Amino acid sequence: MINIQEVIETNKMIEQENLDVRTITLGISLLDCSGPDLEEVNRKIYDKITRVAENLVATGNRIQREYGIPIVNKRISVTPISLVGAAACKTPEDYVTIAKTLDEAASTVGVNFIGGYSALVSKAMTASDKLLIQSIPMALSQTERVCSSVNVGSTKTGIDMNAVKLLGEIILETAEYTKDKDSIGCAKLVVFCNAPDDNPFMAGAFHGVTEGDAVINVGVSGPGVVKKALESVRGADFETLCETIKKTAFKITRVGQLVAQEASKILNIPFGIVDLSLAPTPAIGDSVAEILEEIGLEYAGAPGTTAALALLNDQVKKGGVMASSYVGGLSGAFIPVSEDQGMINAVEAGALTLEKLEAMTCVCSVGLDMIAIPGDTKATTISGIIADEMAIGMINQKTTAVRIIPVKGKTIGDRVEFGGLLGYAPVMKVNSFSCDNFINRGGRIPAPIHSFKN
Amino acid sequence: MYIACSHGLMKKTVITVVGKDRVGIIAKVCTYLANNRINILDISQTIVQDFFNMMMIVDTSESPKDFEVLLEELEQIGSEIGVIIKAQREDIFDKMHRI
Repeated sequence: MINIQEVIETNKMIEQENLDVRTITLGISLLDCSGPDLEEVNRKIYDKITRVAENLVATGNRIQREYGIPIVNKRISVTPISLVGAAACKTPEDYVTIAKTLDEAASTVGVNFIGGYSALVSKAMTASDKLLIQSIPMALSQTERVCSSVNVGSTKTGIDMNAVKLLGEIILETAEYTKDKDSIGCAKLVVFCNAPDDNPFMAGAFHGVTEGDAVINVGVSGPGVVKKALESVRGADFETLCETIKKTAFKITRVGQLVAQEASKILNIPFGIVDLSLAPTPAIGDSVAEILEEIGLEYAGAPGTTAALALLNDQVKKGGVMASSYVGGLSGAFIPVSEDQGMINAVEAGALTLEKLEAMTCVCSVGLDMIAIPGDTKATTISGIIADEMAIGMINQKTTAVRIIPVKGKTIGDRVEFGGLLGYAPVMKVNSFSCDNFINRGGRIPAPIHSFKN
Repeated sequence: MYIACSHGLMKKTVITVVGKDRVGIIAKVCTYLANNRINILDISQTIVQDFFNMMMIVDTSESPKDFEVLLEELEQIGSEIGVIIKAQREDIFDKMHRI
């Protein structure tokens, strides 16, 4: 039977170390909502989401009460809308009506974000993919809760450089459309390479076409718990360090697994995966950067950061895999800048640059995340940053992503407030040398040699 | 965790009481549990950083009240006697600390 020390340990994690379940994300297939009549497509989408997700929020709240574990977000991901709207949408404005429907449905069921305003164009764009991408600035400026993502590359297909070029422009346009709110639209737009079908985390969540009709995916968190555990092994060797991370990751993930199974049972919707990510928030003591500091760095970004992050990411997976029957999604350590107080401190101290962040993304999920850059950055420069990040994903057979915010009217050293879980960010310096001729070539970068495994 | 027993499924709940020690805490909590047909399976206590910590493992399957109601009433008793009382399903501890 459970003893009192174990009970105290668990409750200490929850009460003092910010252990929580970051999100229960309900994936809903909208493939059966497509058709040639836009009005009917919108009606079907609204009906299906509000029907399937009717009890999602209440269920999350119930589990939170019964187990005493905070469940921070209840969210929804849907089939990439470029597929659902392909037959009905003839203009970008047509797609925006679907974005508004998603927003309304999310508001009705009480979730704070709905993901899947997405297109999968890792090899090339169809006409409807292109319309959806063109509609993103309008869609994100006219909705509150809709999140968008575009997968522009994969290890199997290479990188669609036409889409990369277009997205540089779209990101700037989204920044312009939402300039009165510090260009926040860009915080809800992710560009992916090797995007997973079952990611529960926003803004990149969508319900992949390989999935069933509905599925429950859960994202765990707990950087504060790992940090606290590592305080007890200060000065110990790497073996002890790794063992401590692994054991802690196991405990965190088991809570995620329990919540996922319970939600699945109550909602009568199959359990998909637990995402093992260490997801920070702007709260003090809920930071991945602070773990890196505890491992032995003055600030995240100091020499040794990539190695420390690599071992952290690997040990989290090793501990987490044992704790859950199905692991998926992004599963790694997140290193967003604005959502992590330790990362913000590192940038403000001058320890962390965009280039170092890029290096860090080689060894962890997910990518250049929540980084504010000057509003006058050129579209081709943004495309160049995206291309670099996509190449890292393609070659290393991992997910990488770019969620970058060129903040209109702001420049290096200014501070941008996004509010809530999105936090605040110092505007970072971008390498201003030109890559125009590279981006303007057009076409696609071929798949790498090691993708030919057949 | 659900364990089959003579009267059906046992629903194990962990009740924790944390606060400054004083006369009658256990009596108050136990009286409430008895009045609501909640059986105590295990009870232990310790002092952590000068705070009284008590843990009870109880079976709520015979209780006529909803779990939500039990939670609220226990919280209420806690605030009356100046301690924090929480009730959580046992699974969260079991999953975390047992393979």
